[in-house]
Formats: sequence, structure tokens, C-alpha cells
Amino acid sequence: MNENSGSNAFDVLHEHIAILEELAAKASVEVAKEVSLFKEKTAKAEQKHYQELLPWERVKLARHSKRPVASDYIESLFTDFTELHGDRYFKDDQAIIGGVARFNGQAVTVIGQQKGKTTKENIKRNFAMASPEGYRKALRLMQQAEKFGRPVVTFIDTPGAYPGMGAEERGQAEAIARNLMEMSQLTVPVVAIVIGEGGSGGALGLGVANHVFMLENAIYSVISPEGLSSILWKDATRAQEAANIMKLTAQDLLELSIIEGIIAEPSGGAHRDFETVVFGCKKEIAKSLESFKKKTPEQIREERYQKFRQIG
Amino acid sequence: MVEEFMKKKERKELKAYQIECPDCKETLDNDELLNELNVCYFCGYHFRLNARERMELLVDPGSFEEYDSELTTFDYLNFPDYTEKVKAIKSKTSEKEGLISGKASFNGEAAIICVMNPDFLMGSMGAVVGEKITRAVEKAITLQLPVVIFSSSGGARMQEGIVSLMQMAKTSAALGKLDRSGGLYISVLTDPTTGGVTASFSMLGDLNIAEPNALIGFAGPRVIEQTIRQTLPEGFQKSEFLKEKGFLDKIIDRREMTRFLGDMIALHR
Repeated sequence: MNENSGSNAFDVLHEHIAILEELAAKASVEVAKEVSLFKEKTAKAEQKHYQELLPWERVKLARHSKRPVASDYIESLFTDFTELHGDRYFKDDQAIIGGVARFNGQAVTVIGQQKGKTTKENIKRNFAMASPEGYRKALRLMQQAEKFGRPVVTFIDTPGAYPGMGAEERGQAEAIARNLMEMSQLTVPVVAIVIGEGGSGGALGLGVANHVFMLENAIYSVISPEGLSSILWKDATRAQEAANIMKLTAQDLLELSIIEGIIAEPSGGAHRDFETVVFGCKKEIAKSLESFKKKTPEQIREERYQKFRQIG
Repeated sequence: MVEEFMKKKERKELKAYQIECPDCKETLDNDELLNELNVCYFCGYHFRLNARERMELLVDPGSFEEYDSELTTFDYLNFPDYTEKVKAIKSKTSEKEGLISGKASFNGEAAIICVMNPDFLMGSMGAVVGEKITRAVEKAITLQLPVVIFSSSGGARMQEGIVSLMQMAKTSAALGKLDRSGGLYISVLTDPTTGGVTASFSMLGDLNIAEPNALIGFAGPRVIEQTIRQTLPEGFQKSEFLKEKGFLDKIIDRREMTRFLGDMIALHR
């Protein structure tokens, strides 16, 4: 079985069914009926398969090369997005994008960890592994949101903060720590959605939100399965086993009361039917932002404090 | 490996009351070393301390009043072997968790104090460590006392998974509250402080202080070396390096620590 057998077997089946359907159209009614029956059975089997995905299979979906990235969500969920650049200290880190936009007409600040769609773009964006500048840019935009009373919506999708020499020299730890503290003090509402990989402190740096949602096949964990596997067994190739014990799926996090809700994905992952996922996100963001309208700034801050206060 | 073997070999010739400095290799007298707060009196090498030792050596005698000592580890994820591991480390260290907290004074200046324990699962931060820090900070807000936290940790505790990650947010949020209330927080980073602990409460002091030559960083040196595929320069991620880069206010010798903390607390009163 190859690496992606879980998701690819169905892709192959769908292709074959399409061919069969074409052939069947030219053949008898009975054949067409058989093909349609087969198609139905395949769909049911697929649905069942994805409902019972093992954590590791969700890890693969969360990292799928066709998985929609932060900019896809920003484009589909908001209007008038204007990207704003730079941390005002060092540079513009392209692993994190952010700016101002409207959600159902309401002005908001939007920030996301941005993976690339091509290798070239991924290199430019450092595979969404931010440096301190990225976190400082995000903080600048959040404090701007605070000043102008705009809610903040963040999209989390990173393997982790970048563990490089320059990042250490410029205070990766301090930048993340500062974000955690400052985000906790905002009096505007913050909504976070984990759309792909929620990799450790690097993810949390955008994650101190009033409401945290996860897509059905997103993951969120303290360490990558590969990392845990190499610590536990001195062997990075047992990531699959590690993933299955570390409770990193949306369902796990909901059960641990870390997140507020799960946004459904179509069978096979978000890239299969992006419209459905966007619709789900839109509904949750709208509901969430609506709920804050009756609350005072102090309540909004205190509720966020209590959300994290109660964990553990 | 060879070095370690040599050390062991040499150590055999030491008397029971003697110890060798791992840095300058001088033979040290145990009692004398303790007088110097476990700092080598030849080269200034700071021996690692567990939480009780540090508390005993640095706060005013008899001033420590412990908080939340009953809090003990919970296995949130049903993580393989975790319960057994914790049980073993508990009996080995006679501690219930990886941090002790309470009220104490430095040269007569009262403070809320937390000390991480490197001997307890590498001082990793699980739910209890996060909870004890948060409660201590909240207590400091109520009592209007400054907070001093001594860090030494490998980071978030992987056996508690996402729950341990969230302690980063919880502790930082509590410190945000303290900050807003005008309270003083002095963070003292000791060898080693890395990962999710550095990337949360350890870097958030009004004053960030470190002991000399302590390893302080976000990613561990090995992870960085694997990422960039080259060896790190000498002294990278050491206290002196962090101070040079602008992330520490001061490096304080352990033997000066009590007086320094007392002075700073008095100055902020």
C-alpha cells in the first residue's frame, strides 16, 4: 500500500466509475442500472471510510497538497480584503498574511498562516513556518484591531514556528510569548479556525481566541507525530503510531473542551468540495461574532481568560 | 562518551565529600560548594539545582510557605506508560509535580515564588505546572505581591499533549492580568529553559534575568542543527548570547541572586 492509499483508492474508483458511466450510456439499461448501483455503493463505502478515519489519515488530509490554504478562506469568506505588510521592526514575514476586510459588511482584521500551493510559493512562504517577524506582524494587526474596535479572525495552518538560527536570534520564543499574553488582553472578540495543521506553539501564537473551531480533518497538537515518534522511540518513521496515541483530531479536542466546535468537511477532505467548507465556516463565524455584539469589551476579555483558565 | 567515561574514572579517586567541576575539572569540597550555593568556586560553573534545593538556597530561611502542594498529575490522554513513569519519578524525587510554588521573601522582601524542578520529567510543563503558576499569579494579584518564577524546563510535556500546550496560553494570560494590575514579575531563567516554557511565561518578565551560561531557546540546539544542516556556533542560545541579542535584562550570578531580587522588589514597591 502506498502512502496515500486511504484517499487515493477512492479517487481511482471515481475515475473508473466515470468511464463505466460513459460506456453504460451506450449499452443497455440493465448495465446502466448496475453501474449506478455500484456508484451508490462506492459513495456509501467512501462516506463510511472517512467517518472512521484513523488519526494518521487525518494528519495526511490536513497536510494534503490540494488542501485549501488561508488565502482561499480569506477570499471566499470576506469582501474588500486589503493585505497589510510588515512588523515595523525587521521585515514582512510571508509565512503569515493579514489585513483588514469585511465580513457580512462588518469591518474585521484577518490573519492567517499561509502555506503555498506550489513548491516555489512554499519556499517563499517558508511552508507557513513563521519567524518572529510573522508573530510581531500579527500582533501589530491585532493591536490595530483593538484600537479601532474590530473583531479578529485568524486561520491556523502551520507545521510549527520556524526553528532556524535567525529566528532564535531575533527571539522566536519572546515573539510567541508576547502574542499569547497580548492576545489574552484584547477586548475585541477573537475567532480562530484551525484549517489544516495546528503545529504547537507556532499555531497557538495565533490561537488565543474566544472561540476556537477546527475543520473536521484538521489537527492540533503539542508536537508533530514525527517529533513525538523520534522522542519516544528514537525513530521518526513511527509517526503513524504516534499520531494514533496523541489525541490530535478535532473530535479529540472537542472532547477535551479545548475547542468550541467542528466544521464539517466533505468525504475525502476540504479540497473535494470547498464551497461546503466555506459555508460551514461562514455560519460559525457569523454566529460567533453575533454572540459578542451583546457583550461589553471587559466581558469579552474575561470570557477568553476563563476559556483558557479552565483547561487542565 | 569518552569524556564521560574519563570523568567517571576520575571521579572514583574522589573522596566521598568531594565532587569534580564538570567545567574546569577542579576538585570541589561538598560543604564548601554548598556555601557557594552550588557554584564552582574556581570557575563559576553553576550546578543544576532541583526545586527544593533552589528554594532552600535562595529564599530567606524559614520564609517559604508552600501553596497547592496537593495538586498531582492527571493522565488526560491515556498516554502509554505515563502513569507508571510519573509514579516512578514521584517516588524518586519525593515531589508530586514539576514545580513548587508559594510565598517567600528575598532579603526581607515578600514575593510569590514558583520554582520549576528539572528533576521531574525534565521540568516539563503539564497541566499541574500550568495550574500552579496560574494560581500563584492570581494570588499575587489579590495580595498585591510581586511574582518571581525560576524556570528550568524542556518545554511543554508531550505526554499531556494539547492540554499541556494550552498551559502556555493559560499562564501567559494570567501574567497579562498581573501586568494590567500593575504587578511586578521577575522571570529568572536557569539552565536549561527551552520550548513552550520559554515561549510563554519565561520570556514575559518585566525583568528577564538569567544565571550565567544557561541554555535558553525556543527550539533545542539539535532541532536547529537538523533544520539548517550545520553546527551551531559556540555559545549560541547561552545566556550571554541572549543578553547580547536584547532578550535578557541582566545575567546574575546565583550567589548574588537573593540580594538582587530583594533590591529590585524594594525598588518597585
